[in-house]
Amino acid sequence: MGRKKKTSEKTNLIPGATGDWEVVIGLEVHAQVNSKSKLFSGASTKFGGEPNSHVSLVDAAMPGMLPVINEECVAQAVRTGLGLQAKINLKSVFDRKNYFYADLPQGYQISQFKQPIVGEGEIEIDVDGETKTIGIERLHLEQDAGKSIHDQHPDYSYVDLNRSGVALMEIVSRPDMRSSREAQAYVTKLRMILRYLETCDGDMDKGNMRADVNVSVRKPGDPLSTRCEIKNVNSIRFIGQAIEAEARRQIDVVEDGGEVSQETRLFDPKTGETRSMRSKEEAHDYRYFPDPDLLPLEFTQEYVEELKRGLPELPDEKKKRFIKSFGLSDYDAGVLVAERASANYFEAVLSCLKNSKRDGKLAANWVINELFGRLNKENMGIEESPVSAEQLGGLVNLIGSDEISGKIGKDLFEIVWSEGGDPAEIVEQRGMKQVTDTGAIEKTVEEVMAANPDKVSMVKDKPSMIGWFVGQVMKASGGKANPKAVNEVLKKKLGIS
Amino acid sequence: MQVDQALVMRIARLARIKITDEEAEGLKGELSGIFDWVEQLSELDTDDVEPMTQVVPIALPRREDVVTDGDIADKILANAPMSEDNFFVVPKVVE
Repeated sequence: MGRKKKTSEKTNLIPGATGDWEVVIGLEVHAQVNSKSKLFSGASTKFGGEPNSHVSLVDAAMPGMLPVINEECVAQAVRTGLGLQAKINLKSVFDRKNYFYADLPQGYQISQFKQPIVGEGEIEIDVDGETKTIGIERLHLEQDAGKSIHDQHPDYSYVDLNRSGVALMEIVSRPDMRSSREAQAYVTKLRMILRYLETCDGDMDKGNMRADVNVSVRKPGDPLSTRCEIKNVNSIRFIGQAIEAEARRQIDVVEDGGEVSQETRLFDPKTGETRSMRSKEEAHDYRYFPDPDLLPLEFTQEYVEELKRGLPELPDEKKKRFIKSFGLSDYDAGVLVAERASANYFEAVLSCLKNSKRDGKLAANWVINELFGRLNKENMGIEESPVSAEQLGGLVNLIGSDEISGKIGKDLFEIVWSEGGDPAEIVEQRGMKQVTDTGAIEKTVEEVMAANPDKVSMVKDKPSMIGWFVGQVMKASGGKANPKAVNEVLKKKLGIS
Repeated sequence: MQVDQALVMRIARLARIKITDEEAEGLKGELSGIFDWVEQLSELDTDDVEPMTQVVPIALPRREDVVTDGDIADKILANAPMSEDNFFVVPKVVE
């Protein structure tokens, strides 16, 4: 349904002077693990503390300090691996990745190199109604570094180690993406999964999720060519822009007779361009070796199964269930599951329905069109909604059971939004109930017909004019007449079949 | 293994140790000797041998996820050559 016939290969190519080019993208996403304390120390992971206040002697790499692993970080990595349908490695090893930088007091980062905690997995993305599977190569646990601030003083940099030692999951994709939109869809989906699992809050503004983007270009069908890595891109929009700019740059280099050299680059959102970060002769030699302070990390399959039982329903499954159980459209179900909070709200509305099988779709329409529409307009989040799930559920019940019309429902929504209260009580007190009493409707119909004899004679030849009568009757009833009943009575009285 | 001048300078640079050309000359012989000595290990066939990580079978010790440390900025900064407002202050690391 609504699927485009065009193959994605065709639509994704970038035209150049020498013909079409294909862009090849792989992503390394760094996601901060949701945990109270750091990966190897008991210092807090809270954002925004006073400089160097969330730092233990371990994080500052004082001599003689030993790392002790946080069991929750291990569990979070396993949960994430399960959410990515990935292979969980019952034995993994921590290595030292050696380099010097002012915000890395150890002189090495504890990471996992040869034996990561999570192996191959996959993520499904949807772009233009087409589903594509993106391979995950691995997920490993590592420490974050501290933060350097360079703009406080002309000659000095300022270093805060609060982030130093916070647990990160580095999630490495296969080079399976062929357009900036696919890369954006991948990051969006990955973020959604992490937020459902509650293993990372995905807050890109705070740097809790950031991506290194590997980009290369080639003529379709050619083997992979040299790639450049764009470091630390911190928004989904910038990921798209960085890829577009970098692909264009590489195409220009090659078409001008040059060669792309493998290097690390930075994306500058102000200029919309990427620039070289460090020279090639400085190419890093990290001299990985197993960290002698840490034994291999081992756990049992039972431990993995236990964590698996505790996993929540993931967005893909939830979406399928919404479509199957309530007949929602693919698009609507997608909107509802995009954020866990939205999905939770919708499920809370469902639980208040008297007949969720009948009214589930109606409830989805109200949540998406009326509630989300209004929240967006007021720039509010679902958590701040003045209309609770119980209230919206009550409103949907009244419409579903024909006690009020959809139109009155909108008035009722306004009242609940601005004044609060129980929808059923409001309808009762303010006489908003729909008139389904055929006698009362017949009386109004007769009045309208008596007042408009010319129209009555016209409708015999032009049955579509019945719409005008429905409008008049509804108006006369103050919007409270049941439109379906009005239609039936009118047809009978006007002699239209 | 023969270590040449360029490799000595590279190793020194990776370790952030500043050495002169004369010093490198001397280190060339010393490092070659050390490598030769370590290379004797490859005479043994270890293809089917798991790397040994411990002599007694113990598991990696683990911590509960609770905050037990921190708020000791004064101690963290006690040895810093320069600090300001609880930041470490270091020579500028970007141009």
